[in-house]
Amino acid sequence: MSKTQIEDINRNIYDIKNKDEYDYKIQKGLTKEIIEELSKQKQDPDWMREFRLKALDVYNQLKLPTWGPDLSELDMDEIATYVRPKTKMSNNWNDVPDDIKETFDKLGIPEAEKTSLAGVGAQYDSEVVYHSMKEDLIKQGVIYTDMETAVREYPELVKEHFMKCVPVHDHKFVALHGAVWSGGSFVYVPKGVKVDIPLQSYFRLNSPESGQFEHTLIIVDEGASLHFIEGCSAPKYNKVNLHAGCVELYVKDNAYLRYSTIENWSKNMLNLNTKKAIVGKNAQVDWVSGSFGSKISMLYPMSILNGEGSKTEFTGISFAGKGQNLDNGFKVVHNAKNTSSVVNAKSISKDGGTCTYRSLVRINENAKNSKSVVSCESLMLDDISKSDTIPVNDIRTDEVEFSHEAKIGKISDKTIFYLMSRGMSEEDAKAMIVRGFAYPISKELPVEYAVEMNNLINLELEGAIG
Amino acid sequence: MLEIKDLYVNAGEKEILKGINLKINKGEIHVIMGPNGSGKTTTANAILNNPEYQKKQGSIIFDGTDITDLKTDEIARKGVFMSFQLPEEIPGVTVANFLKYAKNKITGKPVKVFQFKDELKKYAKELKIKEETLERSLNVGFSGGEKKKNEILQMLVLNPKLAILDETDSGLDVDAIKTVSKGIEMFKNDENGVLIITHNTKILHSLKVDYVHILVDGKIVKTGTQELASEIEENGYEKYRKG
Repeated sequence: MSKTQIEDINRNIYDIKNKDEYDYKIQKGLTKEIIEELSKQKQDPDWMREFRLKALDVYNQLKLPTWGPDLSELDMDEIATYVRPKTKMSNNWNDVPDDIKETFDKLGIPEAEKTSLAGVGAQYDSEVVYHSMKEDLIKQGVIYTDMETAVREYPELVKEHFMKCVPVHDHKFVALHGAVWSGGSFVYVPKGVKVDIPLQSYFRLNSPESGQFEHTLIIVDEGASLHFIEGCSAPKYNKVNLHAGCVELYVKDNAYLRYSTIENWSKNMLNLNTKKAIVGKNAQVDWVSGSFGSKISMLYPMSILNGEGSKTEFTGISFAGKGQNLDNGFKVVHNAKNTSSVVNAKSISKDGGTCTYRSLVRINENAKNSKSVVSCESLMLDDISKSDTIPVNDIRTDEVEFSHEAKIGKISDKTIFYLMSRGMSEEDAKAMIVRGFAYPISKELPVEYAVEMNNLINLELEGAIG
Repeated sequence: MLEIKDLYVNAGEKEILKGINLKINKGEIHVIMGPNGSGKTTTANAILNNPEYQKKQGSIIFDGTDITDLKTDEIARKGVFMSFQLPEEIPGVTVANFLKYAKNKITGKPVKVFQFKDELKKYAKELKIKEETLERSLNVGFSGGEKKKNEILQMLVLNPKLAILDETDSGLDVDAIKTVSKGIEMFKNDENGVLIITHNTKILHSLKVDYVHILVDGKIVKTGTQELASEIEENGYEKYRKG
């Protein structure tokens, strides 16, 4: 019986490369002069310029992390940190240049907006080129804009929150981010406002050797609710690309935020993204995360449950193919009474890919009567792929309920035979098993993303469709 | 419809089937009986060409086509179905979705959704399968009896030309056996065939069969009618064992 060939995904629609055309690209490497130049280009207020320079100092002092995947291939001097596309921001799709528009068209951004999304902020390289939001949200006082505009127009809100949730000392890439951040989204949902349709942003990297350091800052004020969707994609290049974005979420008392991500970076990307939420009294943040792309990913969203009765749920899946090392996971700190966290993490690896689930559950002494339930499951599609689970559980009080369950499995020949006896080819059978395995995650995604995820799985498993 | 000619099959190094000959015409129900380890399950798996078993000699002809070396899914699409002794669990795939997908593959054309749903519900009702079971993950958390009934449901929905039922009756209580027999009767018509593989005779109390074959040590040692099953029930296989 012949072996199934599981080919690389057909990336045609993701690999649309535009001519590397830009009107400004700063010199390679990172110095004080570069940061000042960048700051000037971005017309930063003084406080932001100073912030960047301080972050640069921290960056220079910190070392690369040594506990995770090998990052030695990363040479920061090789990465131009700032690429500005040949356009100014626009809120009219027709004003966006044709080649950029074509790329977004192929990714289906405007269609998505037309159908069900409340607003779209698409980031092309480092600046947001397209932005819009439905009228009624604006009337309710919802702010959804790019980060630069927020710095200029909402200085108080930004100053109070910017890199307070994720301080620049956290790790080297956060410090780097603080120094060179560019673009990203800012969302403010006023007290009691329920945004009942999702807001979406789409990030995309086009220029070779450019880093992407977008900053996402979301404030969901007391009693308000929001679903934010972040989608990421990058075409393929030979040189290493770095993504060191930062996401800061403030979920105030009694508020709710769901943050969904589908990442499908090209397979030379180093995705070293930092995401953190601070959760108030009786508030809840839910993370839904699908990680398919990147060469190396180190991604550990974190919830800090500061308010009594606050909750968090993490639902995530990673899919590592050939040459991919996805070191993903979740961190939670229970820092008040009656808090709860639920983690449901899954990973799939094939063709020698590596998936690691790395996590932290910390329940502080003051977090009496709290609860944490962690479940992680891995599926390996062949004998050369790897899967690992590295949980750290730091429980500092007895009055908690805590459980951690980890399972690692393979698709058995018996299961394949069973499905084939029902008329499915071996590829169909594997795809069905994997879709079923991923179902608890995909059912949490908005329908068009669930469809996209199933398509990604099918493409990964059924081979490139000629 | 099915003709097995001089079939030798190994499981690894071990020789299990040692020259099986069997012919099933349409409209017939056959039973293969035999003690544990005689090669009953191997026979079923060999017809579906499970790669865990290696054919050394002989051939299997189905509806005029040599299916000896076809892939399992191709054989299934030609109209051969096998009910498993231990059906696999598929988390995240509901019974209904699984069957819809399988039906698409077997028939090679998209199923009509509403018609399919009605049919599925009708069969489930006949087999005393709760409607909510159809929305549960396939076989996950099912009891032994539920799994067996689910296999019969699949047989009815996929409507093969030949249904091979491997130990469908084992581990079932009397009521469940009656339900399974009813399912087989619903399925059976003049155009299709059934091959029941079993080590006991319980199911034969509630089902009329045409031929009974006794399989011992990889060979069919005796073929008869329903009375042969009664004889086995009384006296066991001792008489047919070698030496």
